[in-house]
Amino acid sequence: MNSVVAPLRKFATEFGAIWLLFLDTVYWTFRSRLKLGYLFKQMEFVGVRSLGVVIITGGFTGMVLALQTYYGFRKFSSEGMVGATVALSMTRELGPVLTGLMVTGRAGSAMAAQLGSMRVTEQIDALTVMALSPIKYLIVPRVLASLFMLPVLTIISDFVGIVGGYLVGVKMLSINEGVFMARMIKYVTLDDIYNGLVKAAVFGVLLSLISCYKGFNTKGGAEGVGQSTTQAVVYSSIAILISDYILTSLMW
Amino acid sequence: MEETVIRVLDLYKSFNSHRVLDGINLEIERGKITVIIGKSGGGKSVLMKHLIGLMKPDRGEIWIDGVEITRLKERELNKVRRKFGMLFQEAALFDSMNVMENVEFPLREHTSMPLKEIRRTADDRLREVGLLGFGDKMPSELSGGMKKRVGLARALALDPEMILFDEPTSALDPIISLTIQDLIKETQMLLKKTYVVISHDIAGMFRIADKVAMLYEGKIIAFGTPEEVKKNPDEAVQEFLRATGMPGFVGGGV
Repeated sequence: MNSVVAPLRKFATEFGAIWLLFLDTVYWTFRSRLKLGYLFKQMEFVGVRSLGVVIITGGFTGMVLALQTYYGFRKFSSEGMVGATVALSMTRELGPVLTGLMVTGRAGSAMAAQLGSMRVTEQIDALTVMALSPIKYLIVPRVLASLFMLPVLTIISDFVGIVGGYLVGVKMLSINEGVFMARMIKYVTLDDIYNGLVKAAVFGVLLSLISCYKGFNTKGGAEGVGQSTTQAVVYSSIAILISDYILTSLMW
Repeated sequence: MEETVIRVLDLYKSFNSHRVLDGINLEIERGKITVIIGKSGGGKSVLMKHLIGLMKPDRGEIWIDGVEITRLKERELNKVRRKFGMLFQEAALFDSMNVMENVEFPLREHTSMPLKEIRRTADDRLREVGLLGFGDKMPSELSGGMKKRVGLARALALDPEMILFDEPTSALDPIISLTIQDLIKETQMLLKKTYVVISHDIAGMFRIADKVAMLYEGKIIAFGTPEEVKKNPDEAVQEFLRATGMPGFVGGGV
């Protein structure tokens, strides 16, 4: 019995704590002047420096999608649908999810590690003792940067993925270019893209909040920092995948 | 008549079932160096964290300058915190900033001084701790002793009324340890601030303390000038003094 109750209680506690941290973050976002310098630094870190992994991931995902769907569609002579399928999959689903997961691995882990080592070396206490809010200085810039940059990265991922699909479909597999483009334009609406961007923004908040929470509550030296980092990545990824399903079903 | 600036009344704190503070009563005088001495892991840091509101007690009161802080909200607590500077055990310098930026940081965030004046004040503080010209160094490039000096400069930056020192001489070699002790004493004599030091370094701290409080098993078992504490007949006090392992230990004199 205890083996069921204990993890559930732990989950509820952490969920509640992350929710409270979210409220605090919202409070500090509006309560005082934003630290623009810190925000831009984080936007550079979360956005610009993630560009490489996002482009590679998006590009190859688009390419492999074209290859796989071509294999399927060819069986009933609908190769022309490859473009639309790739574009819909990228914009609605894979662009935001893969971007979220890659940024979690790159930036979320770094957030947890940075805040974790600041915690164990008492730098966070030092801020508090100076009567300055660690949430305002450390968490607000990271969460806002992720909220703004994830949609931007997702657009880039969508675009690169579709270009990848185009290259494989049209240039390599010789699908008729006119049909490929026409079907894509016909079946992909702006709403599909918006849906993806809303997801991306939510993933950005989730991954930064969870990673910051984990870092912020680190205990026990280097080992603790390692543990927080691992947990930040695992929990953020799970949160992204679960919320992805919920958001998709809501925004059908 | 000395003036009490920090008053701790019947302070209790437990972690799980382990009682760390077991009814602490302590009065700290304005403009003096009070050293709280005790074993490692004996609750000194916990006591200090209570003084500045980083921890809440299970029960008891802490009065800072006439304000009871244990039930204050964060916003009011921050007003009280502005009266403090703190030197952390590992200095807790912000490692994303260089030395100058570290010392300037509290000034930038809490004052509307023009940049030039901030720079001048930070320079003054760095001069006081003997590190003028080190402004461009990153914390990772500094030795342990230098980090503590920068930490002290940062703690002094806003000219606070009280400064807390968390184990200022731990993890330093004996020579550096001496210079840090002297630095504490010198800056205190110069600035006349209230210094509260926690340490397990009896010999070193008896040199610089005006008052010594000995923390043992969650209680203050001896309090007074270094001389008075040394003469305290309590067995635990004497045992602790003997444990410094200094034959003919004299302490006290500077």
